[in-house]
Amino acid sequence: MSILVTPQTKVLVQGITGSFGAKHAQLSIDYGSQIVAGVTPGKGGQCFEHGGKKVPIFDTVADAVKQTGATASAVFVPPPFAADAILEGADAGLALVVAITEGIPVRDMVRVKRALEGNLTTRLIGPNCPGIVTPGEGKDSHGGCRIGIAPGYIHKKGHIGVVSRSGTLTYEAVWQLTSRGVGQSTCVGIGGDPVNGTSHLDVIKLFNADPDTHGIILIGEIGGSAEEEAAEWIKQHCKKPVAGFIAGATAPPGRRMGHAGAIVSGGKGTAEAKIAAFKAAGIGIAVTPSEMADTLLRMMPGAK
Amino acid sequence: MNIHEYQAKQLLARYGVAVPFEIAAKTLAEVRPAADKIAASGSARVVVKSQIHAGGRGKGTFQTGFQGGVKVAASVDEAVGFAEKMLGNVLVTKQTGEEGRKVQTLLLAAGAKIKKEFYLAVLLDRANSRPLVMASTEGGMDIEEVAEKHPEKIFREHIDPAVGIMPYQARKIAAALGLRGDLFNAGVKLITGVYHTWWECDAAMVELNPLAVVELADGKETVMALDAKISLDDNALYRHKDILEMRDLNEEAPLEIEASKFNLNYIKLDGSIACLVNGAGLAMSTMDIIQHFGGRPANFLDVGGGASKEQVTAAFKIILSDPHVKGILVNIFGGIMDCNVIATGIVAAVKETGLKLPLVVRLEGNNVLAGKKTLAESGVAIITGDSMADAAQKVVKAVSGC
Repeated sequence: MSILVTPQTKVLVQGITGSFGAKHAQLSIDYGSQIVAGVTPGKGGQCFEHGGKKVPIFDTVADAVKQTGATASAVFVPPPFAADAILEGADAGLALVVAITEGIPVRDMVRVKRALEGNLTTRLIGPNCPGIVTPGEGKDSHGGCRIGIAPGYIHKKGHIGVVSRSGTLTYEAVWQLTSRGVGQSTCVGIGGDPVNGTSHLDVIKLFNADPDTHGIILIGEIGGSAEEEAAEWIKQHCKKPVAGFIAGATAPPGRRMGHAGAIVSGGKGTAEAKIAAFKAAGIGIAVTPSEMADTLLRMMPGAK
Repeated sequence: MNIHEYQAKQLLARYGVAVPFEIAAKTLAEVRPAADKIAASGSARVVVKSQIHAGGRGKGTFQTGFQGGVKVAASVDEAVGFAEKMLGNVLVTKQTGEEGRKVQTLLLAAGAKIKKEFYLAVLLDRANSRPLVMASTEGGMDIEEVAEKHPEKIFREHIDPAVGIMPYQARKIAAALGLRGDLFNAGVKLITGVYHTWWECDAAMVELNPLAVVELADGKETVMALDAKISLDDNALYRHKDILEMRDLNEEAPLEIEASKFNLNYIKLDGSIACLVNGAGLAMSTMDIIQHFGGRPANFLDVGGGASKEQVTAAFKIILSDPHVKGILVNIFGGIMDCNVIATGIVAAVKETGLKLPLVVRLEGNNVLAGKKTLAESGVAIITGDSMADAAQKVVKAVSGC
């Protein structure tokens, strides 16, 4: 098993005809993911063709869901229209909406988050995130479910869950695992924005409940208190070994470090506080990002 | 993006927030007529305020030795005298660092007889993704210090974004500040206006410190924003062309402005090891690992997910314009990007910039073998690192040998 998505999950792509959306739809098809529909308003009835595969394009998400049975979407819509695209996905009853778009105004996300309150059908991942990968069984993990922009080939099917706010840092952790012959159940990028749909804690709970996930790498960064909340829960409830890394110990206060959410303000959200919370929760601390996989593997001898 | 106090008050005034009668002046020639107008409005005193994007102005010192970036003048002549000492000079405050900021604009304001000072701010509460109004009777103080020592003196009210601020919420806040009678009603209007400014302008933070009860010339009391700070959500500026025009490039580091032209995310720091990385999280942790092995990072630089040859070259030029840089660490995880394309870009950039400093490159990911081969056969002196730890140790060593 895995969390959130399986290799059988039917995925639609919102914004499939834009250059960014098209490129990654192609890469997901190449990876063997079930890309069953595209949505671009005004281009309904056309087809997205790649590698001998024809993916029908619809004007609305509701149509796409009705015609293809898609249950998850990847949102590649530009920032001014992304909030609308996310809520359209929720309105169509998708189980999972993964918002890749970077640069959505905070106010738009505050409204989206409010609109999704109490919605038990749709889970939002992101925005400003690399997406989700559940590796497949083929060569270089081919045949898995890739929603978003992560490189598929670095993965390997296995039993480690990875959750992170950062894209390239997730790839770093995944690659460290794969290079050591250790596979992943699912890798989730929750995004670097201050308002996001799914938190570290939400993903940790899913990993904890997934019998196929045996250990977890939790990657955080400065800003907010989501890592501390996750650590508190892990301390009380998590049955699985967790290794953690926090980026941004050297970041100057008051400056946004690339990610809109990566900022130490008013003495809150420091790397020190997060690392202290991790330690208190029994999370193995990777002192440098080079040691994320090794830190976890030391906690679970014999892991594969 | 940050804006100046006078600009923040212009925005607040649009939403009905009371501010003192005040005029901004960018040249000395504009100062006297502005001070005359303020005196003519019935104010016995004229406040002269340096406009820079940093706090602690009142207690700051100009590099000329003149004390205080905010002064209260008893006459128009005195105000002009203060302005001469401030305009065009560099003000150093606890927030500017030693290099200080050049004062290019002054705000001349009617002097207010302050009866009471409060703190009022609107910001996003990340813990529940809702707007939060924070108010305190401890105005004019460092609010972080209040939060630490007297948390009970900070009143918090969350706003439901589906309905916006309700009048009863503004009343609760006004009551918490101890406002009564006419001042209570004026406070409710002001608090509502401050919230609307935050929401409508897509602000990241609106802060009035102090918000004050002041006595007017006729002896009546009212509440107004004596000082205001607004920072905006950069992602939303596309829908606020008028606010975007308030951007003051004089307040931004020249290298950061140059980087933004190439869509590079660059933040200058004060170390000696420059880094060039793809992805914000990896860029932050590259800084961290340099420090872990005893070096000091010179910058944060995220070239983004799809760095082109032009971007890499521009990034090298920006890094090299920092005279403190003694060595460079390039750390790229080429997930989708072809490492060989990046390697070719690095070699071209090194040749174009005539780089003489030690350069350590760590490449990983897609087509990495071809990329490493390109680096090795380039004839350019490049040290390669196998992992982040290896690369960081090598660059720290190379720099310490300088």
